[in-house]
Amino acid sequence: MTSQVSSPAEPPAPGEQSKPGKEIRRLDRVIVRFAGDSGDGMQLTGDRFTSETASFGNDLSTLPNFPAEIRAPAGTLPGVSSFQVHFADHDILTPGDRPDVLVAMNPAALKANVADLPRGAEIIVNTDEFTKRAMAKVGYDTSPLEDGALEAYNVHPVPLTTMTVEALKDFGLSRKEAERSKNMFALGLLSWMYHRPTAGTERFLRTKFAKKPQLAEANITAFRAGWNFGETTEDFAVTYEVAPAQAAFPPGTYRNISGNLALAYGLVAASQQADLPLFLGSYPITPASDILHELSKHKNFGVRTFQAEDEIAGIGAALGAAFGGSLAVTTTSGPGVALKSETIGLAVSLELPLLIVDIQRGGPSTGLPTKTEQADLLQAMYGRNGEAPVPIVAPSTPGDCFDAALDAARIALTYRTPVFLLSDGYLANGSEPWRIPDIGELPDLRVQFATTPNHTDADGNQHFWPYLRDPQTLARPWALPGTPGLEHRIGGIEKHDGSGNISYDPANHDLMVRTRQAKVDGIKVPDIVVDDPTGDARTLVIGWGSTYGPITAAVRRTRQAGGEIAQAHLRHLNPFPANLGEALARYRNVIVPEMNLGQLAHLLRARYLVDAASHTQVTGLPFKAEQLAARLQEAVAQGLTKEAAHVR
Amino acid sequence: MSADALSLIPKADAKQSMKDFKSDQEVRWCPGCGDYAILAAVQGFLPELGLARENIVFISGIGCSSRFPYYMNTYGMHSIHGRAPAIATGLATTRRDLSVWVVTGDGDALSIGGNHLIHALRRNVNLKILLFNNRIYGLTKGQYSPTSEVGKITKSTPMGSLDAPFNPVSLALGAEASFVARTIDSDRKHLTEVLRQAAAHPGTALVEIYQNCNIFNDGAFDDLKDKNTALESLIRLEHGQPIRFGAEGAKGVVRDRATGDLCIVEVTEDNEADILVHDAHAASPTTAFALSRLADPQTLHHTPVGVLRSVRRPVYDNAMADQLDAAVEQKGKGDLAALLAGNDTWTVVG
Ligand SMILES: Cc1ncc(C[n+]2csc(CCOP(=O)(O)OP(=O)(O)O)c2C)c(N)n1
Ligand code: SF4
Ligand SMILES: [Mg+2]
Repeated sequence: MTSQVSSPAEPPAPGEQSKPGKEIRRLDRVIVRFAGDSGDGMQLTGDRFTSETASFGNDLSTLPNFPAEIRAPAGTLPGVSSFQVHFADHDILTPGDRPDVLVAMNPAALKANVADLPRGAEIIVNTDEFTKRAMAKVGYDTSPLEDGALEAYNVHPVPLTTMTVEALKDFGLSRKEAERSKNMFALGLLSWMYHRPTAGTERFLRTKFAKKPQLAEANITAFRAGWNFGETTEDFAVTYEVAPAQAAFPPGTYRNISGNLALAYGLVAASQQADLPLFLGSYPITPASDILHELSKHKNFGVRTFQAEDEIAGIGAALGAAFGGSLAVTTTSGPGVALKSETIGLAVSLELPLLIVDIQRGGPSTGLPTKTEQADLLQAMYGRNGEAPVPIVAPSTPGDCFDAALDAARIALTYRTPVFLLSDGYLANGSEPWRIPDIGELPDLRVQFATTPNHTDADGNQHFWPYLRDPQTLARPWALPGTPGLEHRIGGIEKHDGSGNISYDPANHDLMVRTRQAKVDGIKVPDIVVDDPTGDARTLVIGWGSTYGPITAAVRRTRQAGGEIAQAHLRHLNPFPANLGEALARYRNVIVPEMNLGQLAHLLRARYLVDAASHTQVTGLPFKAEQLAARLQEAVAQGLTKEAAHVR
Repeated sequence: MSADALSLIPKADAKQSMKDFKSDQEVRWCPGCGDYAILAAVQGFLPELGLARENIVFISGIGCSSRFPYYMNTYGMHSIHGRAPAIATGLATTRRDLSVWVVTGDGDALSIGGNHLIHALRRNVNLKILLFNNRIYGLTKGQYSPTSEVGKITKSTPMGSLDAPFNPVSLALGAEASFVARTIDSDRKHLTEVLRQAAAHPGTALVEIYQNCNIFNDGAFDDLKDKNTALESLIRLEHGQPIRFGAEGAKGVVRDRATGDLCIVEVTEDNEADILVHDAHAASPTTAFALSRLADPQTLHHTPVGVLRSVRRPVYDNAMADQLDAAVEQKGKGDLAALLAGNDTWTVVG
């Protein structure tokens, strides 16, 4: 379904027309957080609110946050699941630091989230769940709804469960079944509050419950009841309008997209653009499994997905498929990369194209499976035996995962090398509006397979030498089994430059190690662009991957506060852009925010002898723009001091 | 049965000879190693399949045996320790026009790569796995392996190894293998016949080949090779034939009526009719498994050789190809623009 944003129709109310007398306030942006028990359907509620918001034309950014347990004990703090969405009439970069509105479905949800709220925030609580027992379970001795603990906020007590059950009394559902629709009641109420369109959600529910029309109707009824409740109750006197973010979006057709979905689409697109069948070898692991699920749906694109017995077999099968001429991919998270290391080394030695997608999560070991982190950079860079360089590409936003996948495929196919694509849990599950690319804009990734012998010996006999390289790219020829006359053997043992025969010759090994490194070092990547509006900044902030949104938001705040700061963001971590050293050298002060303990900073310092300062956070959550901005302002001040010292 | 397994693989234009399958690389196994005989048998047998040489691929792991692909003038990959079945699975499922062979050792297949082996067998990917079993780690110079007998004295087990060995045939049968056979490096004729049947089998074929490592485990199979002792120790299985061995077939295998297990008896006029007739195509693997258990794990006395099991069941790569075809039939060929657009879009006009 397509709607036009340039002239947004007033969202059709499912019930009666808006009552006169309710005040409408215009806002430029809002942050809403839905929080409840794992079983309360908060992710779905957030997703639907996001879809409505996207189709309305706001810019948006989301942060789902859920426990690693599938069903943690009900009503407990570890069982709380939340979904935050930030939407605005202008372009925004992060899911927001502090929610303006919290929907708390139970005491645990309130307790777990209230500390994040600014004074004056709205809290909608489901009072039905605030029983003595439920409150005691999370350590509330007295009711926070009554003891003044929430004085700083604007609390709306709503008996969500009771009202949902009441609304559904004619459906003949059990109480338990009826209660399940309370998330739709909440969604209806919020949709009313923010003038969200509703048709999409009703259509979604009808499709989702196509086989159980009665449940579809029950959910729609609960959804409408929530809307109507807002409309009629005295407790909600104000509704809010956040206008579409027209100026934020270049013309085009848009959809909302999560990082994992964009990444999966990028892989399908790469396979189409390369005219090679896509093969995915994978073993399920959070937060990467969604890509396996998604690609499994697209067999009609010739996509083969193989759920292997472990991650070693996943990448092994992918490498076998690459040998046979597929665009081969393996998807995983940090622990899986550890298992794949030996095979990645083999791929480096075989010089076959292979994409290794690492959706990073909190580590070490099992760590924080459902939370985000950027701590696999050095694993991707160095985590193998021997000198085994692998190019690294990192997307910066959910939508960018699409382009990054195409870019990684380009490098793999052009240079015949494994390539790391480093996404993370925040990009994977977060979403944003995405301009749907025109197929005609996509890069041409077609490859030339070897078809004829490439070497003539002294006696004039023709041979195929699998390691005779392209002088420009240093890529070796890709000769597929089935090609007559090019029969050859490759392996992980060191091979002779050119012929590829086993060679233990010291000088040859030295040459091969250096050549493999030179090939990766020589990969063409775009120059880094430094955003330095005045050209007078003394401080540069540089990041990589998913910190793009928070860093950019923090840079804006810093500049608004009068601080001069330059910003650069790396997509290519190996090789680095050719102009990176020179760009870094232009600044007195370089600061590197990362969701690890300073891995990029380490690489930059080692490579460019630059006194880069680290700013790190490993909470499993993205940076908050406000905190980051404070650190950047400090850095700007340091930059000025250093400059003064230098001038003196 | 033969049509299916090879039907998708292009045929050679001209008649081939053993020479066509020899690569230009010097073979570097120890003189006298059983691997030479297996290499010769494979190179000698492949011409009879008449497949286009470029459509044959050998993939190996690591070990002495795994050097095999370098000596074959086909496509090949010498990969990493234990992982050849996984790599070959990716190749075979994406390229049904290839005849894909895996060469592996007892350590490679059963120790580090045990997981991949059992899953390849369970999936029934179109692979022919040649497991060179010398009951020792050759390449790393003589440690005991997962097929070594208990109490084996090696460099890593000076007081004798403690762990019970795998019987690779029993293991494969337990892993749902659709084709399981065993043969011996020195018996060219038997080896060739087993290879012939394996090549024709649609799905994964596991062939265990007893291979002498004359450096670190010399004579491990002498009992089965020596003409005199072999009569008593080796049980040659032939589909449709009563299972008899010993001098003039004096011994035979019968089912114990009380336990259902198999046992060895002196053949008499009274029991001759009860001698088990080998049925490699039996739907149930039970009898094949019982046959595999006749061998003594220490001495290999009463080792059955030949094809223990050969049954048809769906082949993974075919099933995957069918799903792809069905998806196109149901949804039409994938349309990238439609995929990217999805169902919920909005338009921003300039
Ligand atoms: C990851 C890894 N671990 C250990 C080794 C060392 N290694 C090489 S071959 C081998 C055992 C080989 O035994 P087997 O598979 O029986 O082959 P054989 O040499 O007997 O033919 C070992 C342990 C290795 N190459 N890679
Ligand atoms: S060590 Fe044993 S198995 Fe290896 S090549 Fe020598 S004889 Fe053969
Ligand atoms: Mg061995």
